[in-house]
Amino acid sequence: MQANDTDKRYAQANKEAILALIAYAFYFIWWYVCAYGLGDGDPELYSYVLGLPAWFFYSCIVGYPLITLVLWCMVRFGFNDMPLEAETEAKTAAEAKAKHKEQV
Amino acid sequence: MSERIASIVPVLLYLALSLGVALWARKREVQSTSPQRFIEEYFIGGRSMGGFVLAMTIIASYTSASSFVGGPGVAYQLGLSWVLLSMIQVPTTFLTLGILGKRFAIVGRKTGAVTISDYLRARYRSDTVVILCSLALLVFFMAAMLAQFIGGARLFQAVTGYPYVVGLALFGITVVLYTAVGGFRAVVLTDAMQGIVMVIAAVVVLLAVVQAGGGMGQCIATLKSIDPGLITPTGPKNSVPQPFILSFWVLVGLGILGLPQTTQRCMAYKDSQSLHSAMLIGTLIIGFMILCAHLSGTLGRAVLPNLPAGDLAMPTLIVELLSPFWAGVFIAGPLAAIMSTVDSMLLLASAAIIKDLYIHYGLHGNITRLSPEKLKIMSFGSTLTIGFLVFLAALEPPDLLVWINLFAFGGLEAVFLWPVVLGLYWKKANAAGAIASILVGLVVFFALSILKPPMGGIHAIVPTTLAALCAFAAGAYWGRPAEPEVLRLFWGKMQ
Repeated sequence: MQANDTDKRYAQANKEAILALIAYAFYFIWWYVCAYGLGDGDPELYSYVLGLPAWFFYSCIVGYPLITLVLWCMVRFGFNDMPLEAETEAKTAAEAKAKHKEQV
Repeated sequence: MSERIASIVPVLLYLALSLGVALWARKREVQSTSPQRFIEEYFIGGRSMGGFVLAMTIIASYTSASSFVGGPGVAYQLGLSWVLLSMIQVPTTFLTLGILGKRFAIVGRKTGAVTISDYLRARYRSDTVVILCSLALLVFFMAAMLAQFIGGARLFQAVTGYPYVVGLALFGITVVLYTAVGGFRAVVLTDAMQGIVMVIAAVVVLLAVVQAGGGMGQCIATLKSIDPGLITPTGPKNSVPQPFILSFWVLVGLGILGLPQTTQRCMAYKDSQSLHSAMLIGTLIIGFMILCAHLSGTLGRAVLPNLPAGDLAMPTLIVELLSPFWAGVFIAGPLAAIMSTVDSMLLLASAAIIKDLYIHYGLHGNITRLSPEKLKIMSFGSTLTIGFLVFLAALEPPDLLVWINLFAFGGLEAVFLWPVVLGLYWKKANAAGAIASILVGLVVFFALSILKPPMGGIHAIVPTTLAALCAFAAGAYWGRPAEPEVLRLFWGKMQ
């Protein structure tokens, strides 16, 4: 099969899958560096944020809103809307979208 | 006695609400004129989910009794290190949706697939692949559903004081009924509602624990005085070593792509905007919920330091700290987690029997030989029967199923991960590779889990995943390549 015969949506879908993997890698690094970077020492020497050990605060409390923010940026700038329908239906969806744009 | 009643009222209200939502969902169901139409309605809700429901159903099917009782119980014993471990589950929604979401939605529509087995059949055109996967799904799902039922009924007994059987009957019958009657729409709508209940329950108990412990700083200080290991990332006496915790990035991170009850959702949403918003909503909510539930377990140690077993932590905290009414509200949380896992599995097990096995082998794939009414009755019947069997098993749990459940999560991953992911992304993926990967994955996983050779703390799923990948590559290299027709259908252009 030639490359130009390939469903055009797949190139974009692949790009988005890679972005998701990058987000996964980012979350892992954040989680790992905060937890073991700040938390590996003697518990007597820990610093605290809002009553929690700093390693825990940054890796667990900050981590998941932060990755949501990163994802928001990715979705906003890297993800595209695309019709999901197979073949003929896709056309009508694309037409409907074009129409919708005209109206807006 | 009145306390008992006060704690059961929120549970009853909640169960009635679930049934109500399911009946409402049924009303919205589009009337089916053909058997194919009925299948698209009953098993995948006409591919109409929006972003919020998509996010909630993935979270709810994924989180189970262990997120509310088992996990926080371990966190009670091992401290903040186990909360750190639990937060590895945060990427589950965005990874599933980001990697499989669009490809699955497109392929599902191209091939008319409504389950993972449908997709595997269309991709590999191999009876062996489909039968192996359907059987694995039935066995592991039955065991997992049973474990959920038992966990729920025990928790109900511990908190309300009513007998085990009463709890089992109450929520067992509710979940089986609404799933059978309402199909996919009922499952995902109740999932969304159950997700909300789970979030409320997690917050309520965390606030109660922090307050009882005299504030966050005081709780942590108390934990430190009990054992400084409770506030380190490696746990008391280094009981959560790095190779072990890092394995979970494979088990729950990559492995989630192999769980049929969550990946099937990628075929069922409406449009790409729903997918984008679900990735954000899902990540934020699952992070918040898991954090609250596990942190409650850890901090609970500062409030009640001397419990004999971690599993008692959550039930005891609820009974001690909350008024009977709020205890009832909390108990609805884990019940919701259980029901939302069971309903998805129940419907997919039923789909495996009706669609993947009966229609294909009983009717030789000729679905037009069935009237929509007959298909409807058979689908209801099969969902009811499976649910009833699990219910009976939970009354007197058979050791074999309880034992199998220990391997359900990893076993499903060993079977489904590579055939699903490589089928979507690799044109050279073929039936021989898929079969090799399933068999090698299962054998390696069970051998390592049972024999437990020393692996430096690495979880069995890591070598299993690698071995299954190698087996897949070998099969793809030596076996017959996928048919050009299949490649055209999967990768071909839109007309």
